[in-house]
Amino acid sequence: MENKDNRIGEVVEATTTSFISQCYKLYNSPHLGSLIKTGGPYPTYGIVYNIITQGIDPSRKPVVRGINSSSEEEVYRLNPQLEHLLRTDFYSVSIGYIQGDNIIYHLPPAPPPIYSFVQKCDGLDLINFSSRLEFIKILCSSGIPALDEVISAFIRNLADSQQDKENFLINVGKELIYAFPGDFRKMESILQKVLS
Amino acid sequence: MSDYINQSNYIGRVIGGSINRGIDIRLDSNTNVEELAVGRFVVIDGITHKFFAQITDITLHASNQSLIDLPPDFSNQIVSSVVSKIGVFSVIEVVPYLTLDGALATSEGVKPAKTVPPHFARTYLASEEDYQTVFGGNDNDHFWLGSPLDLETNIHLNLDRFVERSNGIFGKSGTGKTFLTRLILAGIVQKQKAVNLVFDMQSEYGWAGYNETGSGSVKGLKQLFSSNVALFSMDEEHSKRRNVTPDYLVKVGYNQIEPEDIVMLRDTLNLSDVAADASYTLALHYGQDRWFKTFTSLDGSQLRELAQTIGVNDRALSTLRTRLMRLERFHFLTDQESDHAVDSILQHIDKGIHVVLEFGRYQHEFAAYILVANLITRRIHQRYSRRKEEAMVDESAEPKQLVITIEEAHRFLTPGISSQTIFGTIAREMRKYNVTLLIVDQRPSGIDDEIMSQLGTKLSCLLDNDNDVSAVMSGVSGSNKLRTVISKLDSKQQALIFGHAMPMPIAVKIRNYDEEAYRSLGLIERNGSDYELDRDAKDLFGSH
Repeated sequence: MENKDNRIGEVVEATTTSFISQCYKLYNSPHLGSLIKTGGPYPTYGIVYNIITQGIDPSRKPVVRGINSSSEEEVYRLNPQLEHLLRTDFYSVSIGYIQGDNIIYHLPPAPPPIYSFVQKCDGLDLINFSSRLEFIKILCSSGIPALDEVISAFIRNLADSQQDKENFLINVGKELIYAFPGDFRKMESILQKVLS
Repeated sequence: MSDYINQSNYIGRVIGGSINRGIDIRLDSNTNVEELAVGRFVVIDGITHKFFAQITDITLHASNQSLIDLPPDFSNQIVSSVVSKIGVFSVIEVVPYLTLDGALATSEGVKPAKTVPPHFARTYLASEEDYQTVFGGNDNDHFWLGSPLDLETNIHLNLDRFVERSNGIFGKSGTGKTFLTRLILAGIVQKQKAVNLVFDMQSEYGWAGYNETGSGSVKGLKQLFSSNVALFSMDEEHSKRRNVTPDYLVKVGYNQIEPEDIVMLRDTLNLSDVAADASYTLALHYGQDRWFKTFTSLDGSQLRELAQTIGVNDRALSTLRTRLMRLERFHFLTDQESDHAVDSILQHIDKGIHVVLEFGRYQHEFAAYILVANLITRRIHQRYSRRKEEAMVDESAEPKQLVITIEEAHRFLTPGISSQTIFGTIAREMRKYNVTLLIVDQRPSGIDDEIMSQLGTKLSCLLDNDNDVSAVMSGVSGSNKLRTVISKLDSKQQALIFGHAMPMPIAVKIRNYDEEAYRSLGLIERNGSDYELDRDAKDLFGSH
């Protein structure tokens, strides 16, 4: 489970339904809708729904520095301390956890501890995780902002790793109808985002 | 009953309904609605019963009105696939006719449905075994009549029940009535369920008939069952032309014509009520044996004299005489005749030999047909009633079950006269005297309602006149739904069969009447005649 190459950060805040992780490297967050996995007693699967980069001290806002620079990269080159004064956090919604060899599509009994390592999930993880689609219901009822965008980004990631992409998307469509009862417009718009 | 689960003929589940209106079944998203058709049978797997039901309607539904108002983008394969699997669905409405008891689904366990299956009961297309359970297999009581419209399985008619009551075969001209009648008559002969007396107006049943295209001939009963069938003829010349030797040449004496026969002929001879009724007075005046001949030989002055004597309008009498003289051109009429023909028919019937009476050249003479059929049947009726009464004392005297086939039945059973004629009496109550009718007609609306409602089993080929359809459907529950079936039958070889001999109404594609059918009915070609000789010997000398 531990794959050092895929490690990108650590949990810095956790609740029952979601957790916030901080990247080891500035701006090195997984993309919106990525599947990530924590360590801890209940290794938890999460989907990235929000990414924030800000100063390490929230009371001190960054000030502009590039008025005399010719490019944005030059700003960071001339101010190497910025890598340490800024941080990138990403927010994830919990949608399942690992127990033994099985993936359980419920919320974990306890949230991941602070400083649990966080890693990005690779192709095999995605295939295993998407063998069942119950996570769609948890995701849809999580109340996260920009839900449609997050779902479509996540489904796009999963669909790319499927052998029978069309059949997978049809099944996703069905789950979406169950999750948003009777709302065919929403299902249609999410699937169209996935395909575009 | 869970052995049905996962069978490929699963179509959906019960979602509602009532016993009056029918049961609604939501089709599974994998079921192709186009493969189901109105009239097809399904089996609903209830908790303790299986229900045998018929599809009467198919409707399309959407789970959300917005799908109809603002349809999704169908160019997107995935979206349209999801919508068609989940957003829209089809519901079939079925009428449960029968319940099949539990695992012991034999024909004894088949009962009329008096309840409905529970919610979400699984539903399957009826399989061959289901049809066999409901309609019976190929045994001595059941005769293979054809197959359902949508499945290659055999539908059998319960002949035991069929011959118990009077029956009707209806259909527009050219829809296969004759063909169906011939097949059923052959069935009755083959299974020996009753003895037939066929008044064969067009000479279609006895020796040979035309096939459906009218271009060739098919074998009649005599060719198929040789010594079990006797051919009676009204017209020797016609038989000779066809190279057929009749077993008996029927003659009718003027002395045998009764006033009742004249009343029957009222419409055909275009007589007024007064004129027709005058025949009763004449019979009383001259005596039954002599009235016809004496009356028709009167001249003008004698006629006026007679009118005064018996107190009947002389113009009515004169019309009656002119019309009755028309009958004299029938060559089968002779001055004096005893009941030989009827005796001979009854002797054959007693021996279990079926009688077909061919009318030869009189095939277009309704008057001849009605006169002879009525006259002979009346005499048979008298003998049968007497013998049945004797049988109450001595059971061995019980007369054989007799089925009398008449064509153009609306001319015998019109509302005005059916109560007075012998056919009306037979249709109403002769079941008790072991005589039933097989009515063949193309205009059922012309038959008395009372008679129609007494018919046990009705076989209807295509009918499209509303009055005719209503007449056939009189007294049938759920007739509205069956009406659609009747008017949607093919114009050839299809019939809706319902009533006493069928556990439930069913549209049937009638089996072919060809070489294969001849063989299955027991025909062995003449050049391999050992078998036939054997059979003839058995018929003559008994089986020992």
